[in-house]
Parts: sequence; structure tokens; C-alpha cells
Amino acid sequence: MTNIPRKSIIDPACSDRLFRIAAAGSAFLVLVLLAGLLVQLGIGSAPAWREFGFGFLIGTGWDPVANVYGALPAIVGTLLTTAIALILAIPPAFVTALWLVDAPPGIGEILSQALDLLAAIPSVIYGMWGLFVLVPVMQDYVQPFLSETLKLGKIPIFGEYGNGFGYLTASLILALMILPYMSAVMRNVFRMTPSILRESAFGVGCTRWETAKDIVMRYGIRGLLGGVFIGLGRALGETMAVLFVIGNVVELPENLYASGTTIAATLANNFAEANGIMRSVLFALGLILLLLSLGVQVLAQYYLAMTGAGRGEK
Amino acid sequence: MTAIAPGKRRGLFGRKLIDRIIGLLSVLALFLAVAGMIWILWVVFARGASIISWTFLTQPSKPYGTLNGGIANALLGTVEITLGAILIGIPPALLGGIYLAVFGKGTKLGNAVRFSANVMMGMPSVVVGLFVYAIMVIPMGGPSGFAGSVALAVLMFPVVLRTTEDMLLMVPDALRESALALGCSRAGTAVRVICRSARSGLVTGIMLAVARVSGETAPLLFTVMWSDSWPMHYFTEPTANLPVLVTEYATNSPFEEQHTAGWGAALVVTLLVLLLNISTRIIFKEKHNGR
Repeated sequence: MTNIPRKSIIDPACSDRLFRIAAAGSAFLVLVLLAGLLVQLGIGSAPAWREFGFGFLIGTGWDPVANVYGALPAIVGTLLTTAIALILAIPPAFVTALWLVDAPPGIGEILSQALDLLAAIPSVIYGMWGLFVLVPVMQDYVQPFLSETLKLGKIPIFGEYGNGFGYLTASLILALMILPYMSAVMRNVFRMTPSILRESAFGVGCTRWETAKDIVMRYGIRGLLGGVFIGLGRALGETMAVLFVIGNVVELPENLYASGTTIAATLANNFAEANGIMRSVLFALGLILLLLSLGVQVLAQYYLAMTGAGRGEK
Repeated sequence: MTAIAPGKRRGLFGRKLIDRIIGLLSVLALFLAVAGMIWILWVVFARGASIISWTFLTQPSKPYGTLNGGIANALLGTVEITLGAILIGIPPALLGGIYLAVFGKGTKLGNAVRFSANVMMGMPSVVVGLFVYAIMVIPMGGPSGFAGSVALAVLMFPVVLRTTEDMLLMVPDALRESALALGCSRAGTAVRVICRSARSGLVTGIMLAVARVSGETAPLLFTVMWSDSWPMHYFTEPTANLPVLVTEYATNSPFEEQHTAGWGAALVVTLLVLLLNISTRIIFKEKHNGR
């Protein structure tokens, strides 16, 4: 430590204050950005709200020629794909986290890293894989198997026939994408359970599953919920992977095999060419998506803060 | 002692069976997830590797319909946009992280910022694209590489801010107090002592954030758009970049050759992101163990 300047030209108290102001300003930038997002999307969407009012939220039309727009198909598509993805991803996320926490150190470490890598793959790669690989597989094998072999085609929510694109395919990809995030948060929650609780449960003769279900899950239920909301938030806003496989038709879902759209996919598909009232409509869709995901994130942070588990991201 | 009602008692065999079944299901779920990852990576390698060649990596892409183009302009554009995002986003994120960890512990502003940053991390990236479109593309009259950098910087900002705070908080208080006792100013302590001892953690956080945004596509779709020329006009014109090239070739092209070129570009993106990600983890882990 020889190069500490003995005499600084600037008064240290003054530079101290300057540094502190700069740091506080940078931190404050987060709040400015968040407010700016809401304000800008609000301004951009104002003409659409004036034109259509709140009926926009439940309108089902989408006709760029006649300038008739409704947000309901995109909203329903977003909620539907997210819901299916969650149903598909929560159980495996829970049991993988359960297993990884108690896994032998070597294997557990490698598999945890593998799951983290799954989260690192860019979403456009998921989309491309979905379009060129998963869509044909769904069309040729999975959908015929579900509707003919398992006779699910008779149930209205499944279709008799699908072309591979649509809600089910998009949900599958979403499930694969959010699984590592949820699993990582759940792993943290499991690790935070005091070992005395788990050991006591084992001591009175509980099996591993009973310990997980009756002790760990009860202890960390808020953290687990936080993890689910993190996954939910990801699925709501995911754009590229969904855009490639959803089919991009603005219609209310007929069944799971039908092509449709989500808010994010509608934005990505139309925004570059949009102008006039349509651009404003897309801003309004963006605002809806922003408010949805803000709500989900606030809930997630609320639950995670209650357990102090932190986010699964590093 | 109250005995458990006979109806509620479960046999040991049944309980152990359920336990085994759940164990089996967890291994199966892990296997499926890892198999999914290997499937995706294998497809990208198998379909993209054949086209990778010196000319593919050094020639610019050609206009629609001309088929033997490369991806060099997109590669260069992606590097430009990512570097721009780093220059714009990292300095305020580091400063903000220092504020949270050193000055803002327990203050109202600190808590509000921490909460908002956590919320912002989960924000859909396509919405950030809309935001940057409103504040930059409309006033500037058109998409540009610079606007894309701003979008990526907005995405990176909360992530780096929070990891910086976490890393700085891991520095022992005794170190900070000693520096203050020796007469260092609080700013000097923050930069020369705390940041220096948390350096490897800070670099890790930055690198992982860079890896994450360099494959981002949605915010670039309408802020940067796409171009077939070399990325010479970063501040004023649409700039070529890899993720949008992949999207264009995969969805807007009927030509088999362009699909293959798309796979090649996808392979380059994947390698870029994963190498950045994996090498960061390995380097950080070695340093961590060495301590």
C-alpha cells in the first residue's frame, strides 16, 4: 500500500459527497426507469384507450383494415399458455429440487449446473428448435397419440386434429424454459429449512417424501410460492420461443391444438410495421403485459422477502 | 398415551413405496429436463455445424433471395451492440450497487430501490423494447444499433445492480471499519477496499449479465431491426445482429439455404452465450475455492 495519495487536490469531504450523490443517483435510476416504463407505455397507448375505452380489454376483433382491435384473444392466449406451462412445470421443479438438495455431492453439483445451463440458452434458440423440431414431432406423434390412442380427442379442450403449432406446443416449450428457474428458487428454500427440523422428522421415522411434504413444504411454503411466481412471470413475458410456435392467429382459443397468439407474440409480430392507431393498440397491449407481470413480480418478491430465500438467479 | 386411530395408520410398506415412487419420479423429471437440454444443443450443433466455414464467418449477409451470404456483419453488429450496452449499463449499475451496499443499508430509498430492481429483473424484455422505441426510436427518426444497446442496458442494469450489492455485502465489515479507522473517506473505502476485495464476484455478475443479454432477441426486433450491410452507422441506422438474423431466416424465408444459415447463426449465438456463461462459472469457482 504505497500509492495512496497523501494530499488530494480535491477536498476529501467534498469528493466523498460527490461520490455519494453519484451513487445515490444511479440507484435512483431504477425507480426512474420503472416509472418511465409505465409513463411511456401510458402515453403511447393513450389514443387506443380513447378510441376503444375499456371495452378494448374484452374486445375480440382484430382487423387492421377496418381498424378494429380487441385485446381479449391475446390476453386469454397469454394466460392459457402460462397456466398450462405452470401445471406442467411445477411438479417436476418441486421433485427435482427435492432430489438435488439431498443428492450425492458430485452428481448433484453436475446436474444443478446442467439445469442452470438450460436457463442460459437464449430464447430464440428454444424458438428455432420448437419450430423445426418440436412442431413436426407434435404433429406426427404427440397430437395423434393424445387424441387417437388415448382417445382425448373426444374431450372438447383437446382437438381432433392439430398441425403441430398452437397453445399446447408453446406451453411445452415454456414449461421447459421456466423449470430451471423455479427449481433453483425451490432448491434455495429447501436448503434454508433448519436441519434440526428435518433431522427430527427423520428421527421420528418419517420417510424422505413425508419430511418434504409435511415439514419442508410447510416451513417454506411462501418461498415455494415465490418460486412459482418467478416462473409465472417468465412465462407471461416470454416472446421469441412462443412467437415461433404459437401460429400467430388472433382468435380466442378453440382448443389446445388451435393456433393462437399471446400479448408478447402479438407485439413482436406486428410492432415493426405498425403505425397510427395500431401502434397505439400495441402499446396498450404492452401496458397490459407490463401491469400483469409487475403484479406477479411484486407478489413473488413479497413471498420471497418473507422467507429471505432470494431469487434463483445468480 | 393416545394411540393413533387404526384407520389413520399407514403401513410401513405403503409409506416406503410412495417414497420410492417419488424418488423415481424426481430422477425421471431431472432426466427429462437434462435430455431436453441435450436435445436442443445437439440439434443446433448437428444442423449448424455443416455451414460454419471461414467464408460464412467473414462474409456479410446478402439481400433477400441471394443465398450464399455469411454472417460476419451480424456478428460484428452483435459485438457492437453488446459492448455499447456494457458501456451504458454497467457503470451506473456498479455505482447503484455500491450505494445499496455501503450507504443505503436500511434506508427508505435503499429498500425501495432494492425492491424495484428485483421487480424489474422479471420484466418482459419485449416491453423494454417498446419503452426504448418510445424514448429513442421515435425521437431519433428510426431504429439504430445504439437504441438496441440502450434496451439491453436497461435489461442488464437491475441484474448487475443487485449482484453488485450481494457481492459487496459479502465483504467482512472488519475490513471496511479498518479502512475507515485509518482515515479513508467512505468513498475511498468503498472503491479501494470493498470493491477491490469483491472484484472477482463483481466480474462474475457482469459477465453472467452480459451472457444473458447477448442472446436477447425480443427487445432488438424493433429497436435495431435488421440490415444486410456492414454495421458502420451504429448511431443512426438499423444494424445487423445475430439474434434478429436467426429470427428472420427461420420465420421469414422459404429457402432451405437460409434455414441452414439460420442454424449456423444460432450455433454461433449459442456457443457465444454458453462459453461466456460456463467459463465465468469455472473461473469464479476456482477463485472461490482458492480462498
